Amino acid sequence: MQNALIILESLPNIAWGLFTTLGLVITALAVGLAVGLPLGVIQVYWGNSLFSRPIAIYVWFLRGLPSLVLLFLFYYGLFPLLGVDLPPFFVGAAVLGLRSSAYQSQIFRGAILSVDQGQMQAARSLGMSKPCAIENVILPQALRIALPAWSNEYPILLTDSSVCYAIGVMEMLTRASLQVSRTRAPVPLYLATAVIFIIMNYIGMRILRSAERRFHIPGFGGS
Amino acid sequence: MGDVILKVRDIHKRFDSEEVLRGVSFDVQKGDVKVFIGPSGTGKSTLLRCLNRLVEPDSGQIWLGDDEITHAVDIDGVRRRMGMVFQNFYLFDHLTALRNVEIALIKVLKMQKASARELAMSELSRVGMERFAGKYPAELSGGQAQRVSIARSLAMNPEVMLFDEPTSALDPELTGEVLEVMKKLASGGMTMLVVSHEMEFAYSVANEVLFMEGGVVVERGAPREIRNDAASDSPGRFERTRAFLRRIDG
Ligand SMILES: Nc1ncnc2c1ncn2[C@@H]1O[C@H](COP(=O)(O)OP(=O)(O)O)[C@@H](O)[C@H]1O
Ligand SMILES: [Mg+2]
Repeated sequence: MQNALIILESLPNIAWGLFTTLGLVITALAVGLAVGLPLGVIQVYWGNSLFSRPIAIYVWFLRGLPSLVLLFLFYYGLFPLLGVDLPPFFVGAAVLGLRSSAYQSQIFRGAILSVDQGQMQAARSLGMSKPCAIENVILPQALRIALPAWSNEYPILLTDSSVCYAIGVMEMLTRASLQVSRTRAPVPLYLATAVIFIIMNYIGMRILRSAERRFHIPGFGGS
Repeated sequence: MGDVILKVRDIHKRFDSEEVLRGVSFDVQKGDVKVFIGPSGTGKSTLLRCLNRLVEPDSGQIWLGDDEITHAVDIDGVRRRMGMVFQNFYLFDHLTALRNVEIALIKVLKMQKASARELAMSELSRVGMERFAGKYPAELSGGQAQRVSIARSLAMNPEVMLFDEPTSALDPELTGEVLEVMKKLASGGMTMLVVSHEMEFAYSVANEVLFMEGGVVVERGAPREIRNDAASDSPGRFERTRAFLRRIDG
């Protein structure tokens, strides 16, 4: 009974963090896409260029470090060093996004490589330039192939976003912890937080599933 | 007489240690249909791909009309002037038949959407596929897909059409519809280079049959001569072609 009251009283405050959490996730997904897609394309189609080594190192570095370590390095190290003073939210979103871009680049790279090489040959034989063929023939197919794997970035980022607690971004876990230290009732409040995470996870996955159905074309995976 | 539309001189191409083309030369007049035959691995596909530079030849020259295209800077412009039909069709899998035909019209020739659609539709009718305009490649039979891919190339109004074994991937009962389309094209005056072992097609529409082996054209002649030779048992000019044709006849 008392637990129910505590939850009821703290819930609005925690739930506000939902917007911050979603903000982190959506920004990170977008940054990851905007950076990861070009990286994947370059790795496949300009693999011998002078970009290829730096990209490989970038991917290796961002995937090789724990997100918390990256977050601290950026928050206490890189950004102050560069003399930019960003609110923690932006540092968190940037770190999550760049890290996701490394993973996304490999999702896109794999998807592009799984498009039959004949598609590119046919496009080029019609007089399309390489960029034109990539835009109009390869990517529309590769993105459909990538969508199920890409969708996985959502639950990963949603759960990862809670590391931003460590630099004081007012997302859900941060707010929950503040309420816990006020009410000294960790179990009900963290449980409530967990329930909100699970619901957000569920809703997001449903949206992504329906996107997969919406872009479905006969002959492209699944049913 | 006639204008030479394609002139090929001494093409060489090496992959790794293997020299796949070892000096191939021929001329093609406007309206010619040349059929290339020969054992697999002989360089027939590589030769066609060298012509539109999907593969870079190591040496030799190629002229398309008056332009030497061996090292053309505007390779996309050259490719626009040559259609290519592949053994496995390579229709764009994410586009309907109609969109397959119209996409290069819009993206390469910069045609307006409406006129591209109109032209694409008439090209589909030309190959008897207008009723399938809204179908995706996965929903077409091999023969239908190949006819759409021919329409896709024709829509670009090429000066030369290259066919690389256009019926080899098809079930036997589906080759007829594709060959029918190709015969119609040939009698309409299209210049065509065809790699194919459909000898009935070669005998009825080709000007010349070229037999390739080991990266060179070893024998070449008029289809009538080759057919007569293949049917005879006395020594002739086409002994290696004859031996090959008997082998594939099984
Ligand atoms: N892109 C390539 N890289 C390496 N070897 C190739 C390539 N394309 C063709 N070859 C080789 O060249 C030879 C000739 O192939 P191809 O031109 O396809 O012959 P054909 O069409 O007469 O069967 C084959 O041995 C083949 O393995
Ligand atoms: Mg071949």
